[in-house]
Amino acid sequence: MDFLLTEEHLMAQKMVRDFAQKEVYPTIKEWDRKQQMNPDVLPRMGELGILGINIPVMYGGQGFDYITLALACEELERVDTTLRVVMSVHMGLNSMALLQWGTEEQKQRFLVPQAKGEKYAAFGLTEPNAGSDVAAMTSTARREGDVYILNGEKMWISLATKADNFLVFAKTDTHANPAHAGITAFIVTKDMKGFTAGDIHGKLGVRAGSTGWFAMENVEVPVENRLGEEGEGFYIAMSCLDNGRYTVGAGAVGLIRACLEDSIKYCHERSTFGKEIGKHQLVQQKIAYMQQWYDAGRLLILKTGWMKNMGMRNTRETSMAKWYATDMSVKAALEAIQIHGAYGFSDEYDVERYLRNGKGAVIYEGTSEIHQLMQAGYALGYRVDRPIRCELPAYDPEVWQREVVVS
Amino acid sequence: MHVVVVTKSTPDTAAKVTVDASGKPTWTEAMVINPWDEYAVTEAVLLKEAHKGQATILTVGTEEHNEALKQGLAIGLDQAARVWDDALVGADSLLYAKAVAAAIQKLGNADLVIFGKEFADLGSDVHVYQVARKLGYAVLGSVSKIVEIDFAAKTIKVERMLEQGKQIVTSKLPAVIAVLKDINEPKYPSFIGIRKAAKAEIPVWSLADLGLDAGTRQTQVSAYTNPPKIEGEVEIIEGASAAEKAAKLADKLIEAKVI
Repeated sequence: MDFLLTEEHLMAQKMVRDFAQKEVYPTIKEWDRKQQMNPDVLPRMGELGILGINIPVMYGGQGFDYITLALACEELERVDTTLRVVMSVHMGLNSMALLQWGTEEQKQRFLVPQAKGEKYAAFGLTEPNAGSDVAAMTSTARREGDVYILNGEKMWISLATKADNFLVFAKTDTHANPAHAGITAFIVTKDMKGFTAGDIHGKLGVRAGSTGWFAMENVEVPVENRLGEEGEGFYIAMSCLDNGRYTVGAGAVGLIRACLEDSIKYCHERSTFGKEIGKHQLVQQKIAYMQQWYDAGRLLILKTGWMKNMGMRNTRETSMAKWYATDMSVKAALEAIQIHGAYGFSDEYDVERYLRNGKGAVIYEGTSEIHQLMQAGYALGYRVDRPIRCELPAYDPEVWQREVVVS
Repeated sequence: MHVVVVTKSTPDTAAKVTVDASGKPTWTEAMVINPWDEYAVTEAVLLKEAHKGQATILTVGTEEHNEALKQGLAIGLDQAARVWDDALVGADSLLYAKAVAAAIQKLGNADLVIFGKEFADLGSDVHVYQVARKLGYAVLGSVSKIVEIDFAAKTIKVERMLEQGKQIVTSKLPAVIAVLKDINEPKYPSFIGIRKAAKAEIPVWSLADLGLDAGTRQTQVSAYTNPPKIEGEVEIIEGASAAEKAAKLADKLIEAKVI
């Protein structure tokens, strides 16, 4: 048993922290108010290698482990949730799926440019009328010779108008029983004819990010862009969520830290009744809880990261970590606002943004209610994870850091 | 070409430094590379890339100064070396400069030695000039830009930011320069650099390895104390009109002997 982070982990964490704090934090409020994404964010994350942080060097990445991904997500969301969202969709939900399920040819064609930050990636599962109930999706894919014809609409898609490549789920068999057995995964690119995308404004939070929709009208997707087998899409989607939820949970840990750090600072600055507010016991209680949530959430996430490194199935642990950390991040934000009093209620301080941003994460990538059902299912023995055809590869530093593909 | 950056770890600028009960300065937060040295390291990386040369980062200090060396390696410098010896505990700037100069000579073939403007913890740059003197190199402080550098012809032309204005100076190489923030935009470590830095074995040289004797110190720190606490008070001057308030304020200031 070893709880120590390595020197590599700590240096990578510091580098991501410096980037987020120096380049993003100074203008984040402006972009949040404008409901636009800072146009420098994606290119800089690409240049610095963050967009390929845990992908093997041979596939254009930086060759770090899955724990480093969590540390990066914590640092990014410490500054703003929208930065971590980039990692959730580009890395967790898309690039890691290519690493896990992609053919060598698909990895070369899509994963390499994504890991290098030359192309941005997103994920299209949710539809206007199908969220938690994935199998209710109505997008279809009809095979015609060497292509599939895709039709349908996807909604609440992060980076909808920024991404180049989309991992899209559609039904190749609309009569399958069970319904989820008819779902297939495809790599759709924004330049394909019949593909259109747009932004959604007016969200409560993650306003400095890009959330939108895309529609497919008779989009011709070549057979070689199908990820996995026909009918395997549901399992691919669920495996993607094991990685996406990991990044969401890790980010939520960063959000709790943001609430805690800002509150501690304010506790020392603000005085009431003749003493700094940190000396008041009811304020101390809030600080103690926030520290507890941070420590517990971080342990759950890092344990999950360790399991990923070891190549162990972690659906149950990822779900627990994501559920706990996101729920606690909302509570932490509420407490942080309470500590800041009326100032916390205004956007003069950052804590109101933390609450608005945190609320999204108890809805996306499995609502907290879905995670409760999952956890109860595991505990009661109703739910068992069956092996899948392609597991996420265990982290092997030698393979991850090898420069070229050995044929 | 060979460029040497001399650095040290300093408390993070956000850290609160206090003198503890035993008379030792302590601080919150971890050590970081001396903030001014981020510019020195970046300049060395840029020169190394442009001239296909070698760049080394050097420190004199205990193991905690490896932090600064590793940061330099992670940003892209080729090798690192550290000088430490128990005889250097409490060394003054002259002994420090002797050790740095001897280490630079041991590294060999240095064309350019780059320092950050000053050491942020001591608020001093005297070591820059002492090192240059010990090496017998030209020294250029307050450098805001390297205008030209020719390693073959052994010449350098720099822009110095002085109180009177910008000054363009040419000098022969080898030279020692101290750089300002204007010189570049500090680079971040790369992930590949981080891996290299984490794996790097950094040699540690003693004074004997450098053929030096600590000798007698010229100056010695006898004690550290916390600065006196500044107690402030705010008083709102009341009055019916601005003129009345101003008159009352003036009286108060005269009374307090401020004016």
